[in-house]
Parts: sequence; C-alpha cells; structure tokens
Amino acid sequence: MIRVENLVKNFGAVEAVRGINFTVQDGEILGFLGPNGAGKSTTLRILTTYLSPTAGSVSIDDYDITRHPTEVRRLIGYLPEQNPLYGDMLVYDQLSFVAAVRGIRGKAFRIALGRVMDVCGIREVIHRKLDELSKGYRQRVGLAQAIIHDPKILILDEPSSGLDPNQIVEIRELIKRLGKEKTVIMSSHILQEVQAVADRIVILNEGEVVADGTYAELMAGFEGRAQLTLELKNADQAAIEALPDRFPEIEIQQGEATAAGYRVRLSYPTGKDLREQLFLHAVESGWVVLEMSRQEAKLEDVFRQLTVKGAGARA
Amino acid sequence: MPEALRQNLWHVWLVFRRELATYFNSAGAYITLVAFVLIAGWFFSSSFFLINESDLRVLFGIIPIIYLFFIPAITMGLLAREKSAGTFELLITLPLEDWTVVWGKYLAAMALIAVGLLFSLVHFLTLALVATNMDTGAIISGYLGLLLAGGVYAAAGIFCSALTENQITAFILGFMIVFIFFMLNKVLLFVPGSMTAILQYLSMDFHLTNISRGVIDSRNLVYFGSMITLFLTLTVRVLEMRKWR
Repeated sequence: MIRVENLVKNFGAVEAVRGINFTVQDGEILGFLGPNGAGKSTTLRILTTYLSPTAGSVSIDDYDITRHPTEVRRLIGYLPEQNPLYGDMLVYDQLSFVAAVRGIRGKAFRIALGRVMDVCGIREVIHRKLDELSKGYRQRVGLAQAIIHDPKILILDEPSSGLDPNQIVEIRELIKRLGKEKTVIMSSHILQEVQAVADRIVILNEGEVVADGTYAELMAGFEGRAQLTLELKNADQAAIEALPDRFPEIEIQQGEATAAGYRVRLSYPTGKDLREQLFLHAVESGWVVLEMSRQEAKLEDVFRQLTVKGAGARA
Repeated sequence: MPEALRQNLWHVWLVFRRELATYFNSAGAYITLVAFVLIAGWFFSSSFFLINESDLRVLFGIIPIIYLFFIPAITMGLLAREKSAGTFELLITLPLEDWTVVWGKYLAAMALIAVGLLFSLVHFLTLALVATNMDTGAIISGYLGLLLAGGVYAAAGIFCSALTENQITAFILGFMIVFIFFMLNKVLLFVPGSMTAILQYLSMDFHLTNISRGVIDSRNLVYFGSMITLFLTLTVRVLEMRKWR
C-alpha cells in the first residue's frame, strides 16, 4: 500500500505540491489527473525517490521513502515522462543493463526478457537501435524496462503522451493488463484515458488534491447539468420559451426554427431525468418528437469545474 | 567482502561498461582519440630531432597542454548528456547508490585517457629502437604522472558535467578549471610571497615536473589522490542536491 501524508514540495519560492494526502491500495489502478503544472510529475518523482519532499511523508509497503530509498526503488517500476532510453544502445542492451543493475542475470534474465518481450510486444525490435524506433515502440521499451523485475508497483508518468491514437489504445490496453496483477499509478491530463483505465481517480490542481474517488463517486458528487437536444414538429418559439414555466429546472440554451418545427437545446441538473415528462408534455401539446438526445455530464465537466474554479478562486 | 560492497562494485562495473559502450558507439570518441594521438605525435616529432636527446621530456610537456581540451571533451557528456536525455532519472531511480554512478563513469573516462596514452607509447618504442642510455625509470614515472594528472582533470571534468545539462557549458567550465590548474605555477611571479607556497602546491605543473623527473614523492601522490577524491565527492554532492533544488 502506498500512503502519502501531508506531502509538500517547494522549489525555492514555488509551491509545487501543497500538502496532499492519498492512499493507493494493493492491486489498484490509480489515475492521477490534473492540468499541466498541477504537481503530478513532482509527486511521482517524490514517490520514486528522485526528489525529496520538503515536508510530509510517503510510505510504500511500510518503507519510508526518505529512510529506505533503495528498498523503495526495488519495489517500484517507473516510466518517467521523458522516456529514459539510451538512443545509441540496442533494445536488448538497454534491458540487460537495467536488469543487471537490479540483480537479474543469466537464466533469470532470459526468462524475464522473454516475459517482457511478449507482454510489451517488442520481440521484433529487440536487436534494433533505440534511436531507430518509432515513438510507440520506444514507449513500449520504456514500459518493458519498468517491469523487467516484475515490480509490485508501477508508476507511469504520462505514458501515452506523444503517441498517435492507435498507439494510445495499445498502451492503454497494456496498462490495463499490467494493472490486473500490479498496483499502478498513472498520471495523465487526458480524461478519457484515466476514465478508461483507472479504478480510482485523484484530481490534482495547483498542488492540491481537489477530488479523490471512483469515477461514479466523482460524478455523483458533481452538480453538473445534463444537456438535452429536442426537435419537435408543430412546436413554435413561444411555446418552447414557455417550457421553463412548466419545468423550473430547465434552462433553455439555444433554439431555432426548422422546416418541420422547432429545435431546442436545453439543460437540467444531472440528477433529474426529465425526458419522460418532456415527452408526455410534447404529446399533450400536440407536438411530434423527431429527435431527443441527451449528453450526460462527463468527467470533463467535473475536471473543468474543479480545476478552473480553483484557479479563479485563487487569482 | 561484505555483500553491500560487492554489490556496489558490481554496479560500478555495470555503469563503467555501459559508459564505455556509449563512447565507442559514437564517432566522437574515435575522433577525440585520433586528434589526441596526431597532435601529440606532431609536436613530439617536430622538436624531438632538434633536441637530440634520448628522452620523452618533450612529449611529457606536450600532453598536459593537449589534456586541456582532450579531457573536458571526453568528460563533458558523462552526466550532462544523461540529464538532457532523461536517462539520469532512470539511473537515479534504479537501486544504485549515487557514488557508484559517478565512479563508473569516471573510470570509463579514465579508460579512454589510458587508451590515448597507450597510443603515445609508439614514441617510446621508436625511441627505444634508436636510443642509447635511456632513462626508462623516468619514462615510467612520467607516464604515471600523466595518468594521475589526467585523473585529476577528469574528476574536475565530471564535476562540471554534473553541474549542467548542456554539454558545451560542461566543456567550457571544465576547460576553465583545468586551465587554472595548469596556469597556477606560471603566475607565481605575480602573487604575494606568502601565497606562493599554497598556489605552488595546488598547481599541476609542480607535481607533474617532480614525477616526470623520476621522483615519486608521497607528497605528489597525496596531491593527486586528494584532488581526485575532492572532485568526485563534490560530484556526488551535486547529484544529491537535485533532490532539494
């Protein structure tokens, strides 16, 4: 288990991390979400013992990161944001160097190498020079290097940045597969990614945790508004603009007359589903529903609300 | 040997081997070596026949000057390149002690310097073929002096490489430090008498002259040893400072 308590990191006068708390259970995939500069990389660099905290404590499986850095480094596999590969080396040499430092040699190395080559799909490039590989392959080698010692904990800093859409899907699948047996912390500023991969999400903004929970929990706690688009035959502007009198939760956002009747986009609180009542109302009024589609509030809205509001309040 | 030390030495060896591979995977190392050999050979041969003496004193005078460029060139990338490529973060988060990284890299640079010196042995062999009454002892101790001087310069160079992620900056800083060591003995005339003894002790020339005359004095060895230790320790400290930035 990873336990982060009141973690603070200052770079001179800049407060990069301002007293954050969270825990990660064994076997969990934690998505670490936040806009650029929120303190994600700094936090991960402290967890991996690259940086020392200014205050607060981090323990990983009962090892304190400042008192037992070597033990912590053994437990962790880490893929930094800037993929740490020696461009002039062969994939094989890079992996064998990292494995040797971790004390994996001879037969044990051949077994480990076979495993990571299959898991990460790098068998066909194993004798290529790293500089010659595409970004997608480089990223896979970076992952292979992070899991060569079969670590219990995997820390990935923006693992999909700079990849094309196909490669992003591949990397996500890979992370999900790895997450079945390992504890994973993955940072990202891409919401769909975290939503797709993580069991739990911690949202960081300006060095503070602004939300922590499963996707469902985050959505439930959020007073967002669902959007509904309606196209109604026989309806006219006046009748539509009268809708909020009947349903006070409704807010009309946009409307326009169409050939058939009237098309309107309106919003109401996520918690309330007004579709049935609106349908019945339409029937009552003699309108024909040509289109009715709803867009749920998404993680994006939660994210925007939490991070932009926070910024506004502080400014 | 205790288990922890054995493991640390193993790590030094791994870093050393990886660094050497990087040296010889790139054209840079070969170009630097060839330049070293050619320049040393040119200056040595062009004055050797004029002096008409069976010793390598000219060579021992030339090499410290070539060192001023040669050594910063081979040490500039040792840590700066790792930082700019991001591999530094890998090295630091592997279960390695910082000093094993520094020592492994330092020894790789020393290996390259030793290769350069080995090539210059060709002049010694030429001399041995034609010479009468050669002072082999002085030549051996002269080479030892060159190796140790290279050791001090390389330690200063890796220290400069730890300070920056820019290799050019590392080269210029390294050149400046090495140049100061080189010049100290030559500016003694201009400093107050009370300081001459200290400056002279710090200057490379002073110790190098002693040792290449065939006198291996413990005072000189202590100088080389302590300078190397000082710079390597500083390098490790600089690496640790990243944590507190």
